[in-house]
Amino acid sequence: MPHISLKNLSIAYGHHRVLQDVTVNIPDKQITVIIGPSGCGKTTLLKSLNRLLDLNEDVKVTGDVLIDGVNTYDGNADILALRKKMGFLSQRPYPLPMSIYENIAFGPKVHRMSKDRIVQQINDLEGRMVQVPSKKNGQMDILVESYLRLAGLWEEVKDRLHTPASRLSIGQQQRLALARALAVEPEAILADEPTSALDPLSAQLIEKQFKSLKKNYTIVVVTHILRQARRIADYVIFLYLGELVEHGPAEKVFDNPSDERTRAYVSGEIS
Amino acid sequence: MRARRIEETIFKGLMLASLVLVLIMLAGIIVITVYKGAPALTLSMLVETPKGGYYLGKEGGIANAIVGSLLLALGASFCSILIAIPVAFGLQKEYTSWRYAGFTKLVLDVLWGTPSIVYGAFGFVVMVYFGLRASLLGGIIVLTLLMLPIMVRSMEEIIRTIPLELKEISYAMGTTKIETTLAVVLRQALPGIVTAVLLAFGRGIGDAASILFTAGYTDFIPRSIFDPVASLPLAVFFQIGTPIPEVQERAYASALVLLLIVLCVSLISRILSHRFSKNIVR
Amino acid sequence: MDLRKFKDTFSTLSIRLSLVFVNTLAFVIAIILYIKAKPILVKVSLSHLLFSTSWHPIRGDFGFFPFIIGTLGVTAIAMILAVPVCLLSAIYLSEYAHKRFRAFVRLVVDILAGIPSVIYGLCGVIAIVPLVRFLGQAIGSPTTGYSLLAGGIILAIMVAPVIISVALEVFRTIPQAARENSLALGITTWEMIKHVILRSSLHGIIAAIVLGFARAFGETIAVLMVVGNVAKIPDSFFAPAYPLPALIANNYGEMMSIPLYDSALMFSALLLMLVVGGFSLAAHIILLRIERRGYA
Repeated sequence: MPHISLKNLSIAYGHHRVLQDVTVNIPDKQITVIIGPSGCGKTTLLKSLNRLLDLNEDVKVTGDVLIDGVNTYDGNADILALRKKMGFLSQRPYPLPMSIYENIAFGPKVHRMSKDRIVQQINDLEGRMVQVPSKKNGQMDILVESYLRLAGLWEEVKDRLHTPASRLSIGQQQRLALARALAVEPEAILADEPTSALDPLSAQLIEKQFKSLKKNYTIVVVTHILRQARRIADYVIFLYLGELVEHGPAEKVFDNPSDERTRAYVSGEIS
Repeated sequence: MRARRIEETIFKGLMLASLVLVLIMLAGIIVITVYKGAPALTLSMLVETPKGGYYLGKEGGIANAIVGSLLLALGASFCSILIAIPVAFGLQKEYTSWRYAGFTKLVLDVLWGTPSIVYGAFGFVVMVYFGLRASLLGGIIVLTLLMLPIMVRSMEEIIRTIPLELKEISYAMGTTKIETTLAVVLRQALPGIVTAVLLAFGRGIGDAASILFTAGYTDFIPRSIFDPVASLPLAVFFQIGTPIPEVQERAYASALVLLLIVLCVSLISRILSHRFSKNIVR
Repeated sequence: MDLRKFKDTFSTLSIRLSLVFVNTLAFVIAIILYIKAKPILVKVSLSHLLFSTSWHPIRGDFGFFPFIIGTLGVTAIAMILAVPVCLLSAIYLSEYAHKRFRAFVRLVVDILAGIPSVIYGLCGVIAIVPLVRFLGQAIGSPTTGYSLLAGGIILAIMVAPVIISVALEVFRTIPQAARENSLALGITTWEMIKHVILRSSLHGIIAAIVLGFARAFGETIAVLMVVGNVAKIPDSFFAPAYPLPALIANNYGEMMSIPLYDSALMFSALLLMLVVGGFSLAAHIILLRIERRGYA
């Protein structure tokens, strides 16, 4: 059973139809990239996966979003659990108004993760039994360190963990956001143009992290940078004017697209 | 987990209860005023002045207070506008340095926050010094002082939102400061300026502490600006404590009339700013 | 050409003059009040004025302490009643309520912010005073109803629109990204409010409270009508009190006949101007900083 799948998903803001009848399975443990011109519904599609669309009042959703076979737009769906499963990176990172340490610790704390659970999490992450210092919050310290390493941020911030996260550069903030998202043990990572606000170096770092993370997580990235899509995509979804025009393995969509519109976009004729 | 959801439900309930409490309280003010004042609002109440003394006389109405309040507020608005508009213009970059404008705004903030009783005390001291009796003139002067910071503040807020590009277009044609200010700034800001005036008017007509001893009180409609003048807020204040029901009726009627005036002014300013918004360049 | 230049110079001069006028106005008011207050400051020490409890103007005894306590007491009760209720209301409106409902309540609150204080006083006399009288009897603390508590309650209602509208403004400046990013972690809206909204808007909320406090501190008429006006330190919530603004308002008449009385009252006026003006200023500076930085 596919991890994430969409069936006849249509979304409208008020009278404006943003997505029409989208049906697609998102492959497990691969990087799926959603491409298409601006304003074609890419972000809307992404945000429907973790029901972040709910924050917008005029939104009407019809169709199914199935995560592990369960429709998340069902009346009884547990939104908190859903969002915990879906890590989210927005275009502009927003560090929580706390220290770097607390940003990462926030998720586990709010979800009331027990100390044993945290130790378990660390062991799973490192793939071995990790020695936890007997300090009061020893487990959390190790957890924070592990995730900061995973996001490639540890070396840069290890000396100032308790300073406000807002003082980090924007590239560091985005990596912090990644670590923060990972700390609640999601199964998938959703990223909305995660590098478009970053400098090239930070962008590269993020892409590198995604490539190594896909071993363990399903990753869905929205981007308008075709070159980035070519670099990281395993699977591609092409949206045009709210319609799912084409989807498939990256080589197929980029090198041998079936639809004329796809060909036009991928070759740079329309953007 | 359940505990987290329960916590949210509890606080959500508290929030809703708080909101309902606030709305009830505020609605209560209106309801009570209307309930008490409506029966007292007859035509004679509105057009007659009190007969036999405002505190004890059973006959007559509140025309003295209605006319008095309008005279006071309109007079003060007029004087206030004369000063407020130049000040609001003057706070633009073209006229003063950023520092001086900042300093002036701080001073205006202090004036804005100053309680009206302080203006009343100040006015009283000045009037005593010059040998002036409590009068329409005294009331207008003090009300002008009260309304000025309110007007300037609102006007300045509006003028600040006028984009620099708009003014640049005008200056590029070789206009002087005042020409641009009148042709562009004034026109763009007009709805905001009108709103500012109405806002200050509403505040001024309802104030009691400042005119308590500077405008005096009387049964009659003043014939010159040196005569004492009645006002709606003081009509309520002085007449509510009386044991005589007919006099109390006048107090309730004054309260209702005052409330209606203030609500109308508020409504009109909203409608106007809505209407005029169409002409504004964004 | 000459005429245009002349008009410009003349108008610029007038405009600059008006600015000077406004600036000197504040100082003139303060200075004149100070000059009038000086006689009593010379005769009686500041600490005696502020802390002595005996108030017998005819004997030349001017201890303002009961009035300061009265003002502080009434303001404190108002803030304790108003702040939690208004903040909770504002949070609900900002984070849970529908757009239209929020706009509606905003409108209501804005309109009610302009209602004259004498009308609040009237409603206080008609509704709050009897309520307090009833409460006092129920608790076993008999009272006429004209009390510290009545003053505090009516002030709380007057201050509510200020706190709510400023708080709403402050919440509005928090970017939507903040909410999205934090909710995406799978937290409840209330948890987001606790950890993100409230933390980010702390300064703004303080400004809202300070503005409310300033409004309550200087409020004269409404409080005067329900607070009892007895120059003693109130010994319970149900006892009458006498705030500073009420003192000034009630004694205009006698002030000229008793020596130093006018000076004493002008002293209180000066005190009010500085305290309340100062608080308003502080609050506006905070709010200005928030506006400039995007969020607190």
